[in-house]
Amino acid sequence: MSHLAFVLLSYGISLAVLLGLVAWLLIDQRVQRMELQRLEAQGIRRRSQKAQET
Amino acid sequence: MSETTAQPLKLLDLANPARFLSLAGMLLPWLAGLSALVLAIGLTMSINAPDDYQQGMTVKIMFIHVPFAWLSMMCYTLMALAALGTLVWRHPLADVCAKAAAPIGAAFTALALITGSLWGKPMWGTWWVWDARLTSVFVLFLMYLGIIALSRALDDPAKSARAAAVLTLVGFVNIPIIKFSVDWWNTLHQPASVLRAGGSAIDPSLLWPLLVMALGFTLLFFTLHMMAMRNEIWRRRVIAMRRMAARKADQSEAQPA
Repeated sequence: MSHLAFVLLSYGISLAVLLGLVAWLLIDQRVQRMELQRLEAQGIRRRSQKAQET
Repeated sequence: MSETTAQPLKLLDLANPARFLSLAGMLLPWLAGLSALVLAIGLTMSINAPDDYQQGMTVKIMFIHVPFAWLSMMCYTLMALAALGTLVWRHPLADVCAKAAAPIGAAFTALALITGSLWGKPMWGTWWVWDARLTSVFVLFLMYLGIIALSRALDDPAKSARAAAVLTLVGFVNIPIIKFSVDWWNTLHQPASVLRAGGSAIDPSLLWPLLVMALGFTLLFFTLHMMAMRNEIWRRRVIAMRRMAARKADQSEAQPA
């Protein structure tokens, strides 16, 4: 392999791993947000939220 | 006297999860934008940097390898501090911090090992040697995996938090070993050339792109870490709310109509 191939492979793998990390965080964020909204729509409130409302 | 009593209160305010969520919501777009900007500048500088007289163009791998390696150690140090926060002050946000950092630290450590290997093949003639530096960083990677597994092994986050915090603190002995391995033992890996007595041994034309890239990846790390912490706080809220929903369903079943 030429030196260029090693350089491109290093940058390519790094980009892929970091994009994977960002994608995982964004998907996780979406899942948790939607679940929170679903539970709140059911009328479930955390104790601290109840305290704020009264 | 009043100043000394007011300060811990302010710190406690910041450590409040709800306060953290609003702070994260405000800071994250700016932090993400700034990381992208600095990384773009760093990449442009790296592409335009001259080739090394010995390494040729493979020196460009150093612009990402060195920041990944630095961050792999910084992330572990952050987790060790958070572990102290869990064990000494028993603050739940300290555990959220450590748990959220572990997968990001593992990713950066893996990238340091992979990019180092891809540099080693053309420059050393080998993908891997079991010298003290490479082996201790590999042990760091395994520590991250162990902490990730342990912090997600138990249903009760408070219990796994304590166990993971103890493991993190025990594993912290590895950090000075990694840093000084190149001085204590005869390693194929070179000794420190940026942070060393007598100043950096790197020419400014190569040092500046490296430092800008390091700053960019550090900003990226804190962006990702803040996102992961926010996700973890939300996840714990979801769990707490599911429990309340189950309790409510239980009660309404128990009451005769």
